[in-house]
Amino acid sequence: MHRDNSRSSMFTRRAALLAGGQAALISVLIGRMYYLQVLESDQYALLADENRIHYRLLAPQRGRILDRFGEELANSQQNLRALVVAERAGDVARVLAALREIVPISEHEERRILREVRRRRSFVPVPVIENLTWEQFSALNVHSPNLPGIQPEIGETRGYPKGEAFSHLIGYVAAVAESDLTGEPLLELPGYKIGKNGVERLQDDELRGKAGAQRVEVNALGRIIRELARDVGQRGADVTLTVDAELQAYAADRVDGESASVVVMDVVTGDLLTMLSVPGYEPGAFTTGLSQRAWQDLVSNPLAPLVNKTIAGQYPPGSTFKMMVALAALEMGAITPEYRVTCSGMVELGTHEFYCWKRKPGHGSLKLVEAIEQSCDCYFYDVARKIGIDKIAETSRRFGLGHSYRLGLPGERPGLMPTRDWKRVTYGQPWHPGDNFNAGIGQGYVLSTPLQLATMTARLASGRAVVPRLIKESGGKPAPFADAPAIPVSSANLKIVQEGMLRVVHGTGGTAKRARLPDGLGQLAGKTGSSQVRRISKAERQTKVRKNEEKPWIERDHAWFVCYAPADAPRYACAVLIEHGGSGAGAAAPVARDVMIETLKRDPSRRQPGERIAGDAKARET
Amino acid sequence: MSFGGPTLGLKENELTLVQKLLGIRWLLLILIGMAVGVGVIGLVSVGKGRFEPWADRQILRFGVGLIALFIVALTDIRIWLRLAYPLYALALALLLAVHFFGTVAMGAQRWLDLGPVNIQPSEVMKIALVLALARYFHGLSYEDVGRPHYLIVPMLMAFAPALLVLKQPDLGTAMMLLLGAASIFFLAGVRFWKFALVIGGAVAALPVAWNFLHDYQKRRIHTFLDPESDPLGAGYHILQSKIALGSGGVFGKGFMQGTQSHLNFLPEKQTDFIFTMLAEEFGMVGGLTLIAIYVAIMIYGYAMALRVRHQFGRLVGLGVVSTFFFYVFINMAMVMGVVPVVGVPLPFVSYGGSAMLTLMIGFGLLTNAYIHRDVPLPQHGGVPA
Repeated sequence: MHRDNSRSSMFTRRAALLAGGQAALISVLIGRMYYLQVLESDQYALLADENRIHYRLLAPQRGRILDRFGEELANSQQNLRALVVAERAGDVARVLAALREIVPISEHEERRILREVRRRRSFVPVPVIENLTWEQFSALNVHSPNLPGIQPEIGETRGYPKGEAFSHLIGYVAAVAESDLTGEPLLELPGYKIGKNGVERLQDDELRGKAGAQRVEVNALGRIIRELARDVGQRGADVTLTVDAELQAYAADRVDGESASVVVMDVVTGDLLTMLSVPGYEPGAFTTGLSQRAWQDLVSNPLAPLVNKTIAGQYPPGSTFKMMVALAALEMGAITPEYRVTCSGMVELGTHEFYCWKRKPGHGSLKLVEAIEQSCDCYFYDVARKIGIDKIAETSRRFGLGHSYRLGLPGERPGLMPTRDWKRVTYGQPWHPGDNFNAGIGQGYVLSTPLQLATMTARLASGRAVVPRLIKESGGKPAPFADAPAIPVSSANLKIVQEGMLRVVHGTGGTAKRARLPDGLGQLAGKTGSSQVRRISKAERQTKVRKNEEKPWIERDHAWFVCYAPADAPRYACAVLIEHGGSGAGAAAPVARDVMIETLKRDPSRRQPGERIAGDAKARET
Repeated sequence: MSFGGPTLGLKENELTLVQKLLGIRWLLLILIGMAVGVGVIGLVSVGKGRFEPWADRQILRFGVGLIALFIVALTDIRIWLRLAYPLYALALALLLAVHFFGTVAMGAQRWLDLGPVNIQPSEVMKIALVLALARYFHGLSYEDVGRPHYLIVPMLMAFAPALLVLKQPDLGTAMMLLLGAASIFFLAGVRFWKFALVIGGAVAALPVAWNFLHDYQKRRIHTFLDPESDPLGAGYHILQSKIALGSGGVFGKGFMQGTQSHLNFLPEKQTDFIFTMLAEEFGMVGGLTLIAIYVAIMIYGYAMALRVRHQFGRLVGLGVVSTFFFYVFINMAMVMGVVPVVGVPLPFVSYGGSAMLTLMIGFGLLTNAYIHRDVPLPQHGGVPA
């Protein structure tokens, strides 16, 4: 029994030790609980909320773009679409194959989707197909159990109800590119689109609005269990342009089929009433993505539908530049209005011969207004030789040539107003007397855009340094506007030039007599221009100068016409460029006249939204 | 003691059924019932306020377990003494069988499909090993325990099943077996330095053992050491469990209000991680309440075992209590991120039939030892000469 007693007391001792050890371990657990649930509790509570509460951005509705009367030029429409979440889809290619049984997906699209899926994180939804019909959308929802990872969604798409005529002006929205990412979370939303061109890009910040946010509770799989809070954000502001949509649509009809630009401008305010470049492109095409083929067609089209010729096309101004030469000469006192030059159809400079457009028999003896009226080249060779390029450039700049207006539209170019220094710096060559001759008739180095010539005309009409204005209202506020300052030129001199422009249309020898306005609309003052695309060779000159109609299209002269009306109280200026149109009088002036008639009838600068147009039943119908 | 006849030696000192029933400590059963009750509350929460499919079945299993407990408790202790080795042999044979014919579930081969019932031999072994070791040390004198060669057999008895279970692979149960065995060695009076020697040897063998571990086990240990290194992979369980527990705070988020658990951030919340969910919903107060119930069960178990006058009963009793303790400790320490994630359920609370039955049989044996505390058991009975 002694042995058993010692065994028993050993057991009791050991049991006490074991119990002690176990008690110590239990204390460890309690200590750990205290640490987790009391000391670190706040931190874990925060982590728990981070786990379960997700913020989801809600894309704000994009603001509309309106014309000056509130017509929609760009709006946002409902877009039924489908997204794919790679994480949930597993094999995306297989899901797409299943999806193809319900909606068509091109191979090109499939490649894009797979590429995007690879590029983005696996839980980011990638747009698969947009603009589904209601039937397709319903079918998708019905088949959703067989389409893992496919999310049908009602989104928003951008609509451009006025179509191609406004494509360059309005631009388009498209998917955010890698290089657009700024860290702004809105840009990371699947399928979110930003302005990529035109006003869409210029006013992107205003149009975008403020992203809303949704606080949702999610489970471990990311499935939304319930919505905790919602901030709807702020819809993008509407942007109102100075443009009169109907007027621009009329102009577009008028130059349909040409490669052309038409600008109509208010000479008092600078409001751009029309800013057209044709041909355009379907603006929605860029929003949904272009096929390779469609893109190739756009790029290789000789009419350059992708170029906004109004601001990005730089052309020699031709004879429309003669007003600048005349005004520069008058201002510096180099000539008086009575200064006469006798045109024999040709001027010699050393061995070089410079021809007048009316080569035989020439214009004879002309004074300034007559030279403008008949667009005599010899007269302006002479004047340009007298005053030199630098004086011409100085005046031209005051009238808006040779520099950009910083409208903010992508692609706006400054044109070119050469000077002696410019040529020396650029070409390392001195300015030749012959360069003066070329500049005198708006050829040679001088380049300008249709917008610049419209501005020049507006400034000639008003004598004020009006600046083209495109945005009328943005973010609910009228765009800042200041009265244009007077241009420091003598009004008497300006009148002489204006007289010359009036005689272009109304004088007996005017180059654009056919551009007269119908009775009741007042008088039109203008100037034709034809700018040579190609130097006429001496050999050609000696045999026969081909008429424009005989040349291939690409070699024909660009046709210009600039004008303003009414001549006695100018309100509207217009510049028309028809690329390779031949002569200004033949191709551009009739267009400018018709556009000006429409402008004067509509009188958009004075008319309030909704107000009727006097005496024109046709305009009201549309 | 011979195996001559089934009744020989049992007739004498036989207790009447009434005596036996009087020996049952009802308070112990009530405490166990309370622990099961806590588990039922948790399972109702998991079931989003409904008893099916977890809570009702858990209650049913508790009922089955109670019947098993009574049967085990009321059987004469000498039968258990006699069955100790055969039961161990059977359990070992089942473990070998599962090694060769077992069903793979959850990436491990643990189950033996016997037609109508699936049995988990490793659970059987938890009881059988306690019984067999108790039987072995019951037969050793105080002096014998001090002789090293007497320890070779029981060490083999412990390591053989542990290795088989580790091969399944089930690190948690292997640990449970070894820790339970170690407790019995310790209670039997094995010297401290011998433990030190074995532990030292084990540590020395660790690099070798590491190579025997499965990738997922290695990963778990690695993840345990640095859970934040892989928050979406293997570290997810530990991290989410700590977040759920910690965010519960002192008073918890309320019944069925545990966001982490109910939004499925917490894995296996009805089984191994049920303590986390309870602690999230009922806070530290709730967690401590459950721990208090467990501590009360253990204190009661110690008190019962210490009153047993024979070594077999004492060792079985405390062997069971220790096994129970290790269930509690390993599970809680795991969900709190103190030890690596191993598949050990929380006794009486986690949903699951095997552990429930094992524990109820175990506490049946403890009760049995207590009922038969004064029955003289021959010291050398059954020990091969």
